[in-house]
Amino acid sequence: MKKLSILIASTFLFITANSYAQQEGTNNMEKTIPEMQLKNTVGETINTAQLENDGKPIIISFWATWCTPCKKELNAIHDLYIDWQDETGVRLVAISIDDQRTVSRVVPYIDSKAWEYEVLLDPNGDFKRAMGVNNVPHTFLIDGNGNIVYSHNNYAPGDEYELYDHVLELIEKKD
Amino acid sequence: MKITKILAGSIFLLLGLNAMSQGSISGNMESTFQYLNTDEKIDAVQPDEKALINSYINVNYRNSGFKAGMRLEAYMPSILGYPDRFDGSGLGYRYVGYENDLVDITVGNFYDQFGSGLIFRSYEDRALGFDNMMNGISLKIRPYKGVTIKTVYGRQRFSFMEGRNIYSAGIVRGADIEVNFNEWFPILSKNNIRITGGGSLVSKYQKDDNTQFVLPENTGSYGGRLELAYKKFFINGEYIIKEQDPSQDNGYIYNYGKGILINAGYSQKGLGIVLSAKSIDNMSFRSDRDAALQDLTIGFIPPLTKTHTYNLAATLYPYASQPNGEVAFQADVIYKVKRGTFLGGKYGTDVSLNFSTAFEPLKETSNINPMDSTRVTYESKLFNKSDLLYWRDFNVSIKRKVHRDWTIKASYFNIAMNNDVLKLAQEKGIIESHIGVLDVQYKINRRNTIRAEIQGLWTVDNKDRGSWATAVVEYTISPDWFFSVVFQSNYGNPVEEEQINYPMVFVGRIWGATRFQIGYGRQNEGLFCVGGICRFVPASNGLTLSFTHSF
Repeated sequence: MKKLSILIASTFLFITANSYAQQEGTNNMEKTIPEMQLKNTVGETINTAQLENDGKPIIISFWATWCTPCKKELNAIHDLYIDWQDETGVRLVAISIDDQRTVSRVVPYIDSKAWEYEVLLDPNGDFKRAMGVNNVPHTFLIDGNGNIVYSHNNYAPGDEYELYDHVLELIEKKD
Repeated sequence: MKITKILAGSIFLLLGLNAMSQGSISGNMESTFQYLNTDEKIDAVQPDEKALINSYINVNYRNSGFKAGMRLEAYMPSILGYPDRFDGSGLGYRYVGYENDLVDITVGNFYDQFGSGLIFRSYEDRALGFDNMMNGISLKIRPYKGVTIKTVYGRQRFSFMEGRNIYSAGIVRGADIEVNFNEWFPILSKNNIRITGGGSLVSKYQKDDNTQFVLPENTGSYGGRLELAYKKFFINGEYIIKEQDPSQDNGYIYNYGKGILINAGYSQKGLGIVLSAKSIDNMSFRSDRDAALQDLTIGFIPPLTKTHTYNLAATLYPYASQPNGEVAFQADVIYKVKRGTFLGGKYGTDVSLNFSTAFEPLKETSNINPMDSTRVTYESKLFNKSDLLYWRDFNVSIKRKVHRDWTIKASYFNIAMNNDVLKLAQEKGIIESHIGVLDVQYKINRRNTIRAEIQGLWTVDNKDRGSWATAVVEYTISPDWFFSVVFQSNYGNPVEEEQINYPMVFVGRIWGATRFQIGYGRQNEGLFCVGGICRFVPASNGLTLSFTHSF
């Protein structure tokens, strides 16, 4: 047992050291979207690792129909989304973590709010776990190469501007 | 010999690590710390250790199809109201697996769900101390377009003692197939039709260790599901049958169990409607026939009620599914009154209506000889209900942005719950309550927002603990600070000494994916519910710190 814990500890030390060492040169240990098969709202299977937006940024936002701040965030972005898309081409993918109790409310909710987002369903929290999400709302920004460059847990009115500043930063960097 | 072993081991490790220096690592950590005081007024007692802490760290690694991960957990000791079977620190979850377009295999711990989860759902809800993860093997295959086959085999986690997982006595194994017919017949999609179907089979094995009855060691359960959609209409349903499963829950009867769940909905811009129905009979399905409460459930029976978020509506009288039997219905309507109309105002008005109810199922005993040896104690039909009410909830909420910076939301709830069945309070019969909430938000500028809530709860005939009020003021500075003050009062308690006030303050700071929160004050005892499972948390007085970080 003691040997095992030493092994685990040294493995992690090694990995950490390795990943730090690599930040100097080419960073191989990049944070990308884990591969997972999720269903969208019309029952098609979507591979999360293949989410892409023609080299433009993607926002991934975890939400649920019972989460008031999540809905506030996505409705606030909805009001700005047309401008955001015109200016940067950013695309938002909303991941619903509603389980069987509330999952049937997802489609009626998004339709009634006329959201243009692609919505994927994660009813058993598999993608949530793989992305390291503690609680919702949690929003990730992915650059054109599929790397996670920014994330924010929580929502307070005004956070959408902070998020958009990061989107603009990505676009500027690219130019 | 020893040296060769070490050498071989380290070479292997090095090779592995070299490969691992590519790929991606993700995970999170979470810590909740409590320092509790004694508070005689609310019967809160300081624990011997004075301080309590729960901590978790999750690490997931992925590299070109290979995946591995683990979670370390520590309870030193566990926080207030957490199940008492969690102590020590150690590895609570670990797995290794491989995934490509055809197969997905996991060995070790895993979570999964078949269909709606009625037959099989293993999941975690850490806030509640709920975790029925599997320990074994999971294999998923996608052999043909639109077809997914899942198989699972293992034991479920029961508790975590002295830093080690304790698993169930029984073994759970199952298989599930799901077919998306649209992938086979493209003509369906062309005509705006969607059809998905599936079937599941789950069986559990537990040794018969009972001296009184001859218990079935293997219990099977099976069923099917179908989803149909045409344009913006959808209907889906799942029906599950469970074979003889005498258990502590059902009083060791030999009846078959059955459960059905149906949802139908329609939506368009500005309108969403969902109707749901559920009929459950003898559907407690656990990997240990002696387990109780929230332990070792194989299937998940979702409660058909709205998940309320305002504290008085959510924590005092919530509903929990009744696995031994219930007939329940729900209707849910979301409507947006168009902007620019008299009722809609400048920005439009959101209206949401919800009604849910649950009854006792009718159990026919006239054709049953209670003395025969079958121990089939009644007959029942789906959706055949008696007049005994378990639960009724009617609620409406109206939200309107009245000005560029002001948003007002008003809600009303009428909740009746049968305490003889749900046993949430010291009261007989039905407790009915009226709840009103006014929620006002003012955006001072782009970054600063202030929000206030005032809530009142009145029980009919001043039953149980009588009337309550809650006031909340919350101030947020985007993107990194929040401050909140909560004042709750049981001002209308029929017992004068128990008219207690509960003040709380919270401060939180957010740095991107890191969040730190401090809370101090007196917290009312209550039911803390997520997804239909509730945990009773005793009253407390003290300091709570919580820290979460994702990486």
